[in-house]
Amino acid sequence: MKYIEEYRNQELILKLSDHIKNSVTRNYSFMEVCGGHTSAIHRFGIPSLLPPEITLISGPGCPVCVTATDFIDKAIAYSQMENVTIVTFGDLIRVPGSSSSLEMEKARGADVRIVFSGLEALNIARSEPDKKIIFLGIGFETTAPGTAVTVRTAKGEGLKNFLLLSAHKIMPPVMEAIVREGIKIDGFICPGHVATITGSGIFKFLSVKYSLGCVISGFEPVDILQSVLMLVRQINTKSPDTEIQYSRAVTTDGNLIAQNQMYNVFERCDVNWRGFGNISASGLRLKAEYGDLDADKRIPLILKQLGDNPSCICGDILRGLKKPENCSLFRKKCTPENPVGACMVSAEGACNTYFKYHSK
Amino acid sequence: MVVALDGQMADVSVGGALFKAGLHMVENVRPGDYILLHAGFAIQKISKEDAIETLKLLDELKKFENE
Repeated sequence: MKYIEEYRNQELILKLSDHIKNSVTRNYSFMEVCGGHTSAIHRFGIPSLLPPEITLISGPGCPVCVTATDFIDKAIAYSQMENVTIVTFGDLIRVPGSSSSLEMEKARGADVRIVFSGLEALNIARSEPDKKIIFLGIGFETTAPGTAVTVRTAKGEGLKNFLLLSAHKIMPPVMEAIVREGIKIDGFICPGHVATITGSGIFKFLSVKYSLGCVISGFEPVDILQSVLMLVRQINTKSPDTEIQYSRAVTTDGNLIAQNQMYNVFERCDVNWRGFGNISASGLRLKAEYGDLDADKRIPLILKQLGDNPSCICGDILRGLKKPENCSLFRKKCTPENPVGACMVSAEGACNTYFKYHSK
Repeated sequence: MVVALDGQMADVSVGGALFKAGLHMVENVRPGDYILLHAGFAIQKISKEDAIETLKLLDELKKFENE
């Protein structure tokens, strides 16, 4: 058992595909919330295995994509300060701010470094005590506990030169925002790795309050097809529910140690999302007792709000209203080498995924 | 897959490449265990029993076809 090959079994994939085709009785629209799912769906050619009655829509679950321009602008402003090192995960440095990106500033001499983990940012802070190390915390409930461990370790060690600029967010409020906007979907393919931390329970309100199907899915083709089948069955029997397909990693209650780590350090706050604007209580900021590690509090900045490129439709794509092909910049001015919008930057972004896996 | 343990850190193999993983969020991890690795941390041990349970679906589908 290697947990990958078994879920790419061709025989099982084709049987599931047939089973789905034999189960449809109407049209169905399901949103995959997680960018990892968007990438897997197109990488494995899942749409070609589904009947035309089923439409899959990409949602707002790529953390790089939903990071608002004002956050990028702030990180760039910090990168211009003397003795400041910006440390973050790879994709984020390529996201365009209103007039530049961290990658462009790095090329101009700013100290911007890429790490695989927050713990590596701590190592930089330990070895370069004369520099201020600002770690850009980005990601949903999957990533925030790791940042929390990093922050607690920094505080425990008394590291004075380590700061966090948090863009961490949580998933349920943006999923509710999508429903409230009136986007027509029958259910969600729910994010498997977020649910690994949170448990399936946090999605239950979507089934109860909005009568939507919710299936927490793994990331292999068998996982995704089985999740689609589970959703179709829920809709056919008019019994929308929150079910776990990805049971090898997800439980109802989730990883309680990780949740404790996260909420020891963070509290919820209002935050801007690309495409959505401000969503109440959807972000994570450091609690007051960690204020000495909070870049926003230690080095407060007030920046002029500048707009995004008006031709870029990333916002509409993240809200499930449009597809990458609907954008006039797609494949022309906007490519993975020269991204105009955030959705073309990340490997989990809808535009990047469509660029890679769909022909012209 | 977890290859070796060193306090709260582990060496893990991802398709043959070795990475460091923090074990601050998982308990009772041993070499040979499969974990979900995310941004440098193990976020969950994979349940073998549940993985096998999911794959029993194949048998169910075969049964369905024969009915």
